[in-house]
Parts: sequence; structure tokens; C-alpha cells
Amino acid sequence: MNALDLARWQFAITTVYHFIFVPITIGSGFLVAGLHTAWYRTNNDKYLRATKFFGKLFLINFAMGVVTGIVQEFQFGMNWSSYSRFVGDIFGAPLAMEGLLAFFLESTFLGLWIFGWDRLSRKVHVATIWLAAFGTLFSAYFILAANAFMQHPVGYTLNAGRGRAELTNIFKVLFQNTALAAFFHTVPSAFLSAGGLFAGVAGWMLVRGRDTEVAKPVLKIGLVTVIIAFLIVAVSGDWTSRIMVKQQPMKMAAAEALYNTESSAPFSLFTVGTLDGSKPVFQIGLPGVLSFLSTGNFKGVVEGVNDLQKSYEQKYGPGNYKPNIPLAYWGFRLMIGFGALAALFAFMTLWWMRKGRKMPENKWFVRGLISMPILPLLGIAAGWIFTESARQPWIVFGLMKTSDGVSTSVSAGSVLFTMIVFTALYGFLAVIEFGLMIRAIKVGPEKTPVAEKSDSMLTMAY
Amino acid sequence: MSLNSFWFVLIAVLWIGYFILEGFDFGVGITLKLVAKDQAERRAVITTLGPLWDGNEVWLLVAGGATFAAFPEWYATLFSGFYLPLFLILLSLIVRGVAFEYRSKYGKAQWRNRWDNAIVISSAVPALLWGVAFANIVRGVPLQKSGKGVIEYVGGFFNLLNPYALLGGLVTLFLFATHGALFLGLKTDGSIRKQANELAGKLGLVTAVLAVAFLSWTTFSLTSKTDVRMLSLAVVVFWVGTLAANRAGREGVAFLTSSITLALVVITLFAALYPNVMPSSLSPADSLNIFNASSTHYTLKVMTVVAVVMTPIVLIYQGWTYWVFRKRISSTHITSPEAGVLDKIHQ
Repeated sequence: MNALDLARWQFAITTVYHFIFVPITIGSGFLVAGLHTAWYRTNNDKYLRATKFFGKLFLINFAMGVVTGIVQEFQFGMNWSSYSRFVGDIFGAPLAMEGLLAFFLESTFLGLWIFGWDRLSRKVHVATIWLAAFGTLFSAYFILAANAFMQHPVGYTLNAGRGRAELTNIFKVLFQNTALAAFFHTVPSAFLSAGGLFAGVAGWMLVRGRDTEVAKPVLKIGLVTVIIAFLIVAVSGDWTSRIMVKQQPMKMAAAEALYNTESSAPFSLFTVGTLDGSKPVFQIGLPGVLSFLSTGNFKGVVEGVNDLQKSYEQKYGPGNYKPNIPLAYWGFRLMIGFGALAALFAFMTLWWMRKGRKMPENKWFVRGLISMPILPLLGIAAGWIFTESARQPWIVFGLMKTSDGVSTSVSAGSVLFTMIVFTALYGFLAVIEFGLMIRAIKVGPEKTPVAEKSDSMLTMAY
Repeated sequence: MSLNSFWFVLIAVLWIGYFILEGFDFGVGITLKLVAKDQAERRAVITTLGPLWDGNEVWLLVAGGATFAAFPEWYATLFSGFYLPLFLILLSLIVRGVAFEYRSKYGKAQWRNRWDNAIVISSAVPALLWGVAFANIVRGVPLQKSGKGVIEYVGGFFNLLNPYALLGGLVTLFLFATHGALFLGLKTDGSIRKQANELAGKLGLVTAVLAVAFLSWTTFSLTSKTDVRMLSLAVVVFWVGTLAANRAGREGVAFLTSSITLALVVITLFAALYPNVMPSSLSPADSLNIFNASSTHYTLKVMTVVAVVMTPIVLIYQGWTYWVFRKRISSTHITSPEAGVLDKIHQ
């Protein structure tokens, strides 16, 4: 493998790993803020216990999100310096704004929340967790706007003299529909995973008959969050795919492994055999549905990979413009499948519980509960792998190829070395993080909430 | 002042914030095992950083992001050029953050002790390497214009380990360590406070010797700018003041003057650089400066609006955090030093 392949692998590994913790953090921040507010309003101890218990899970995750996020801020310069030179005038702005508007907000107010139980008035204290939660949301917006520029560059001009893209309109970059759609697709998916975590943990507690008073309301909150989030994800997903067909038709064609342009194109549910454009061994498709999803019309024409390849060659010169099609095809399906499975299970559980029935003690039900936090995360990972890999060969669509973005002054050996160390460290930390989560869940909520006027709350943290 | 100069100053300001704030974080980490004898004391020491360290680290992320936005060529050349040192810094920051957050999750002594060792090492490594990095930037590194007109780092890893840079690394290592001990003197009580005061005096003397050597080297052989000489002198004056205040038991004054010293160190380095951001040791024509490394006027204008609006707001709420947590902490506050957050103490 050369430096380019290694840098791509390193980016994939560090980013997918980072993004395990990010969605849980974004969603949990708001859910914990909600629980804390419920306690503030009602003074009911069960909400305080829930706030502290789920707050712990939230913080264990947050720590990992923070430390793996540091790598992201510098990785562009380290491994992708040619890319950084080319788009820095545009891409750096949302990154700097993210730091100034979001990172300071979330880190400062989270510190105040963790250590502020006995230092702040109850009203101010509950405000700190909301501010921290909104900080994570701003962060998501800016980084998605930056990513949207890579998917669909706008608000720029090319400066041939300096060999780079230059910003002409910041508002176009920040508020283009690609960014908005990504935000309304990504943030609800964060709530899907956090809702899954809360529901899974609370459901498990109920099955075991532990702390049912705390678990019951949280289970409901978690399940409802999963279902509502899934509905929003589905609607914004539809919006995203319509935008994608216009802006990156090759990506949509790859997602469907649609080689030849068709009208009334079917949506393929499942394929046995290769996806190399030859006749599939076995395929189930929904007639006309792909056309409908892409164009809003069951008879609409959807362009295929082969025709797009030809038109891209005319537009951008000779080269291979096909992404990894099996990866795109399966990434797209797994994204939808995992998310839908979590929502379906949430819906079934809620239905089962509708008349105050007890939780079933079936082992498959318990397995379902345990999968609730994991399924959305798998779906999110599949979705990012799909959307980033199916943009290839472009790093910035239509402007710069990934192969031109890599650092030229960094040797393959250096990238390999750092990749091995990062991967080993991340693996090690994953084991610790997972162990701590399990331990925290097994220990459960504190029986008697700690009195607020004491330093013991403060010293419990570190 | 042109926007390019303004952003050069603003990035210096971000590094000043970072050096002062994460500087004492590093110092507290480095001196953890020297000032704290037992479990309760160590816990008290780390609690002084509890609500602060993450917000302090954001100064680095913003400095990185702002450099990317305002001087993309600087960002790209620096971080791809100083690849392995930066990697070691990132690695340390990852381990350090996790160590703070996870050390007290279990009540086991061994678990905590391992994370504490991790805190010491992962605080010392970046404290040293930031000095190495900045000294190299000021000294100039092999930068060369490629055929495409791109200025790239062409030296290797060992090029960065020259005596001047290593001396710079030792300066920041000891400077941050002293600064951290002074912070602990201000924020703790009881035996930790006493230990910290004593340690700050000793470390401060070592720092003084190293800093005078480094600044002399800088002003006599690297640059002949008069303002750099004046600033170097001011660094020494304020550092002497710091040591005197520490000896006199004026903890607040000592921490303030040591913060001013750190600010002056950054200002000295940036003054030595200006108008370059990364001078080339091969040819002055291949240096990166505030013009050939910068973004467009439009981008700088946009970012200026954001920075001018947001920076005061950030300073106000971060300052407020320091006010909220102004109380001194001592080991007597640690009611159950052996307990872990996730121990089954409530079952």
C-alpha cells in the first residue's frame, strides 16, 4: 500500500471510530438535559437518579468523543496537506467557527455541569447542561457544512494562479441544501442511537426488575425518541437522496448498482452474486421505486453507472469515475436496514407495553434490547462509509481527486506507523470504555441521591 | 494594520491562551506525584483541573482551526512537516484526557496508579514537544518550493531534534511545570499547597537558567530585532518577579506574573517570526509569511467578524467558570479517597 491508501485507511479508521461516540454524545446530552429539567420542575427523586445515572454513561462517552476529536482537527494538515492547501480558504472557516462557537461552549459548560452541583443555583445548573448540549449541536452543524462542501462545492471560485479554491460567499457554504439535509439526517440519527442506548439500558433494568421506578420513564422516553428520530431520519433521507441524484448522480447509481440508465427503475432490496454489472444471480426489487425515490415519479429516468462514466469522461477528462460499487450498494442497504430494525423493535416494545404490561422475559427480547444501542451505530457507520466512499474518486466533488489531496511530504512508512499506533490505542481504549459502560450499567443508579450541599459530589468525579 | 497582520496577532493570542491555560494543566500533571503523597492528595490535585482542563484544551483546537482558516499554507506545511512530533502530542492528549476522566471510575489502587503514571507522562511529552516545535519554527526549518510552487518541509524527523529546539523544549517543560505548581499553590490547601510552593521555587530556578540560555541564543544568534531583545528582557524580569512573589508567599501575584511570562514568551517567539510564519533555513525566498501563506481577504474578513464577536463572549464565560470554582481544595475534602465512581458503594 502506498501513502495514499494508508492515509485513506487512517482517515476511515479514526473517523468511523470517532463517530461511534459523537452521535451518542449529541443525543444523550439532550436526553440528560431533559431528565435534569424534569427533576428541576417536579423535584421527583427518580428524575435526579436517572439524570445522574445516564449522566455517567453520557460522560464516559463524551470523554472518548473529545479525545478522538482532537485527531480530526489536525489530520487534514498531517495526512491531507495538499487538500488543506487547496480548500483551506473555504474549509478552514467552518472548522475555526466550530471551535469558537461550539467546542468552547460544550467543554466549558459541561465542566460546570459535572462539578457545579453544589456550586450553582439549581436554575443555573440545569441551564449549563442545555448549553453544553447545544454546543454539540453547533459543532455538528459546522462540520457537516464543511463536509457538504466536499460533496457539493458552492460559494467559491478557482484561482489558477495560486492553484486553489477560494471562498466568495460564506453563506452559500454554510446554508446550502446539502448541508441542511445532512444536518437533519445526521442529528436525528444521533437521537436514534442515544434513544436506543437509553431504551436498551432501561429495558434491561426492567427485565431484571432493578430500579424500575427510574427505568420505566426512561424506557418510554428512549423508545419514543427512537421512533420519532427514525421518522425524521427517513424523511430527511428521502430529501438527501433527491439532492444526491442532482448533485452526485454517480453516488445514487452506485448505491443501487444500477449500471444502465433506466426509466421506472426498481429499488433493489437484495442481490445474490457479483455487483460488477453482469446479470445478478438473484435479485429482489421493487419496480419503479428507485425512480420514485430519485425523481418523485415512478416512471422517472435514473442514470446508470456506465452512462455517467461516459459523461464524466467528457466533462472531467479520461479516468475512472466509478466508486467501489459493492461497498456503496451494501453500505446504503445496511444503513437503512440497521436503522429500521432499531425503530421496528422500539415500536414493537412500545406496542407491547401499551397497557402497562410487564416486560417479556424472553431471551430474544433481551437480546433485542441489548442490540438497541448498537444497531443505530452500525447504521450510522454504514451510512458514512457509503456517502464518503461513493463520492470517490473525488475528495471535493468535481474539483479535486482524493489522490491529489494527500500529503506529498509524508512517507508511507510514517502514515503506516501512526495508523498502527492509533488503531492499537483506539482498540485498547474501546475495551476500557466498553468495560466501564457495562460496569456503570450493572452498578445502576444511586439508591439515595447525594445531598447537594456537600463536597462529596465534587470529589466523586475524579 | 492589515488583516494578515491582525490574524497573525490573533493566532498569537490563541497560543497565549493555550500556553497559560493548558500550561498549568500540563504542570499539574507533571508535578502530580511530586506534590501529592497519598491517594486523597492526588485526587484533590486532579480535582483542581476537573472542570477546567477540557475547556483549556479547546484553545489548541481553535488555534489549529484558526491557522487552517487564516493561513492554510502554514497549517498544511507545519502539520505535515512536523508529522511525528505532532503525532506524539496528539497521542499524549488522547491518553491524558482519558486518564483524567477514567482514573477514578474504579476504586482499585493499581488502576488509579496506572492512570496517574499516564497523566505524568502524557503531560510532560506535549509540554516538551511544544517547545521543540516552536523553537524549530523560529529557528527555521528546511522548506523548499516545489516545481508546482508549493512550499513544503523537506527535512526529516531528526532535523527537528537540534540542540536549540531541544533547549526550547526543556524551557517549556520546566516553565509549564513551574506554572502548574504555582497554580496548585493558589488552588489547594494544606500539605499540597506547601509542597507546591516549595517545588515551584526549585523548578523556577531551573527554568530561569534554561530560559536565559534559550533567549540569549535567540537574541544573539538568530535575530537582531531590537523588540525581540526588549521582550526577552521583559520575560526575564517577569520571571524573576514570579520567583520573588512565590518566595514571599504571594501566590496570586506569582501565578499572575508567571501567566504574563508565558504570554511574553509567546509574544517574543511571534515577534521573532514576524512577518514570517515559517522561515526557511534553505532560502529566504522559500519562507512562508503572512502573505504567501494566507487566505483571501474575504475569508479573513469573515473570520474577523466571527472572532471579534465570539472571543469576548468565550472569555467571559470561561472566566466565570474560574470564578465559580475559585475555592481552594485540600485532601480533607476527599471524604472517601479509595472509592471509585462505579464501585458498588450504594448497593
